[in-house]
Amino acid sequence: MSELFEIDNLQIAFRKEDGTPVQIVKGVSFKVKAGQVVALIGESGSGKSTISMATMAYCRPGLHFPGGEVRLHGKDVLAMDPQDQRSLRGNKVAYLAQSAAATFNPAITIGEQVTEAAVLHGTMTQKEADRRAIALYTALELPDPDRLGRRYPHQVSGGQLQRLMAAMALVSGPDLLVLDEPTTALDVTTQIEVLKAFKKVIQEEGSAAIYVTHDLAVVAQVADHIVVLYSGEIQEQGPTDQIINNPKHPYTKRLMAAVKPTPKAGMGEDLDSKYDSKVPNVEVKNMTAGYGGIVNGKPAITVLRDINVKIKNSHVVGVIGESGCGKSTLARVIAGLLPAAKGEVILDGKQLQADLKHRSKEELQKLQFVYQMADTALNPRQLIGDILGRPIEFYQGFKGKERREKVAELLRLVELPVEFESRYPSELSGGQKQRVNMARALAANPEVMLCDEVTSALDSIVSSNVIKLLKKLRDKTGVSFVFISHDLSTVGSFADEIVVLYAGRVVEQGPVDEVLAPPYHPYTRLLISSVPELRIGWLEDTMQKREMAVGIARGVEITDVGCPFYNRCPQAIEGTCNLETAPTQEPHPDHFISCHRSMEEITAAENAPQQVLHGFEKAAPEGDKAAKAH
Amino acid sequence: MSDVTQASETESDQEKTIYDELPDAPPKKKLKLTWTGKLGVAVVAFWVLMVIIGPWIAPFHEADIIGDDSYMAPLTSTDGEGFHLLGTDYLERDILSRVLWGARMTVGISFLATLLAYLMGVTAGIAAAVKRGWTDMILSRINDAILSLPTIMLGLLIVVALGSSIPILIGTAAIIYASSVYRIARAYGQEIMVMDYVESAQARGETIWWIIFREVLPNAAMPLATDFGLRLVFVVLFISSLSFLGLGIQPPAADWGSMVRQNLEGMQYGSLAPVWPALAIASFTIAINLIVDDISAKSGGDLAKKMI
Repeated sequence: MSELFEIDNLQIAFRKEDGTPVQIVKGVSFKVKAGQVVALIGESGSGKSTISMATMAYCRPGLHFPGGEVRLHGKDVLAMDPQDQRSLRGNKVAYLAQSAAATFNPAITIGEQVTEAAVLHGTMTQKEADRRAIALYTALELPDPDRLGRRYPHQVSGGQLQRLMAAMALVSGPDLLVLDEPTTALDVTTQIEVLKAFKKVIQEEGSAAIYVTHDLAVVAQVADHIVVLYSGEIQEQGPTDQIINNPKHPYTKRLMAAVKPTPKAGMGEDLDSKYDSKVPNVEVKNMTAGYGGIVNGKPAITVLRDINVKIKNSHVVGVIGESGCGKSTLARVIAGLLPAAKGEVILDGKQLQADLKHRSKEELQKLQFVYQMADTALNPRQLIGDILGRPIEFYQGFKGKERREKVAELLRLVELPVEFESRYPSELSGGQKQRVNMARALAANPEVMLCDEVTSALDSIVSSNVIKLLKKLRDKTGVSFVFISHDLSTVGSFADEIVVLYAGRVVEQGPVDEVLAPPYHPYTRLLISSVPELRIGWLEDTMQKREMAVGIARGVEITDVGCPFYNRCPQAIEGTCNLETAPTQEPHPDHFISCHRSMEEITAAENAPQQVLHGFEKAAPEGDKAAKAH
Repeated sequence: MSDVTQASETESDQEKTIYDELPDAPPKKKLKLTWTGKLGVAVVAFWVLMVIIGPWIAPFHEADIIGDDSYMAPLTSTDGEGFHLLGTDYLERDILSRVLWGARMTVGISFLATLLAYLMGVTAGIAAAVKRGWTDMILSRINDAILSLPTIMLGLLIVVALGSSIPILIGTAAIIYASSVYRIARAYGQEIMVMDYVESAQARGETIWWIIFREVLPNAAMPLATDFGLRLVFVVLFISSLSFLGLGIQPPAADWGSMVRQNLEGMQYGSLAPVWPALAIASFTIAINLIVDDISAKSGGDLAKKMI
């Protein structure tokens, strides 16, 4: 009876069409002590979310529990009657889903939603629940706790919403908190903000937690105990220290290998000399783009401002920045999906029409766009063979047997079995669909592939496989890539050049080894520090860094004057940075940094001991991003 | 740390075969009929069969006045003429025969009208979704005008103006129901048009026809097929109510709706004559609904919601 929570030989299964039972979870056992954080780790499909839902005696429709027990305070919740199970959910056991945006009802105030469970279960009156919620907002370091409850979900940022979800789960003081991939969909900078708040509040509340994720580096920061899952079975479990520093099981080692390395110079592979070229394949000149009607060459909402980017033959250009910085917009403008308001896109020395409707078939063929979500990018009613065969036929004119041969060739190129040509996309796993998605772009025999966050929706193992594949493709085909990602370590390991976008402007750009070495633009510095390391205590260490203090607390704001990074920059100069456009400096050939500070100042600050620099004072609550929600 | 990573990377390549990428979504559900769905299929199949062979297996012709009396009870026989399983109607005609002959009229006409409504509604709806702008504006406003008129009133008006013949009935029902089909087809079309795979086809430079027939229609087919069943039911009821008002199928041709109306006064004498054609309408429409329920359960509950 000493255990707070215990899963004993849990089995979860479903029945196939023909009645044969399929086990998804095959006898999993682990324990959670009071105040302990246990991490369930594994790739998608390993059954970790299914297990986490079983903690509330819930399973998705079609699934059932053929055996095993889930004990809370020694009592089996699976055996309880539905009424008792209901009083458990959101009360004794609270669940935090992956997407806060999908969890909150946009039509109801935050306060009402956060307190609902506690009031509904009758554990608190509305007044008590409101007081408790305000205490939790404060603990989670949310801005303006007293009035936050009266706002609506769209009035706060994504990271804040994620923390509010934690408040919602904690309000009734649950014995067990279940967090299902709570930071996976977030930018690295937001992830830190959320992780820090979660860790603090779990410690303060003293409630036990189950943390579900695929990212070992994140787990190392928050968990006390790790359970490694694969295909519904436990591969290895033990204290965090042992799993991280001394993994025994080969699968754990594989997960470790997929953890993203810290971005640094020289992490990528050198460009094959046969592709060394100075000729720009695609050039973007003084481009301004955005959404809404265009008046005097200025769109209603400007997303990108005066962008200049060169993509050389067979080079990989990584575009990096947080969400809302205009990365995808850049790729969409190049592809012609979103006509630019101003500026030129030049392909092989020839200016392209802004709108793809006016571009020739050859021009369309040369530029291929790869979508982020393979689920929506592949027509669910077409066979893989048709999805890949159509561009081959359309651009290259191969038909019948020749077309089939080309499709088989493509499938082999992206390392998929040839039999896949007669399957539908829904019959493939996430990683396989992403490969088909890229193969379709390759089928056009393009010169440039525009990859929009192609690895962001995949878990770490699958995403590292996809990156390996992309490297091979580049070496084999000589195609140039524009690789968009919010993840600097992925970009750093793959790109030859990096473009750092912030709030619609290029703040730094140059060869990968220059961008990932000092002097850094302060924003690049922030991004580099935010990539989680597979090391216990990294979160605490990184929070000590000075760029984190202001950088993490605020979000992206698009400004008309001055440097857009002003409000998050530890080195900002008041009166200059917020008023004048930053000059572009060139510390090395082809390496550009847009900053008011001289390179010497930037480098000096880099080596300076931890101190409160100018700009930190601005972190006072007033200037906070939440204030603009009014 | 880099050493650890290096070592495990080489190892992980060997492990590759053991730890394949796991499927992250359950296999797609196939259409599986429940017992009510199967019952629906059986009843619909029965009526379709009757449309084809009804007149041949009917004991009498639909217009034969052969009974001894009007409103004869079921299971009675006329001297020298034969046995009336369901009795006779107000003109001493055999009801079973008229129900069997009527299947051809009611089910056949409704099916043709629905098909025509679909042809018009889906073409215009998808065209509006794909072309957007002015095309959409003009088509939608015309459609709104038709939708704003009460169906039965509009139907009566057309039939009174143009006279009641089978082609006009089919045309009237088709036009009236095409307007609601248009709404649904346009809504689905718009939803599919914003999918990345459609944008990708546009970026490839595909023609509008490819986009309509290869990208949009196959994905709208399932929900539209479900709606087809429901729409067919509405058309059956529409034609039946027109006939009930005397403006539908003209005598002596049998159709279920007019049979209910013509025999309604038999109710006063305790005759079951109007019940049999009413049962036929009910069985056919409910059976289609049972099938539709199963299809929409397969496509997820949201489909049914969207159609209301």
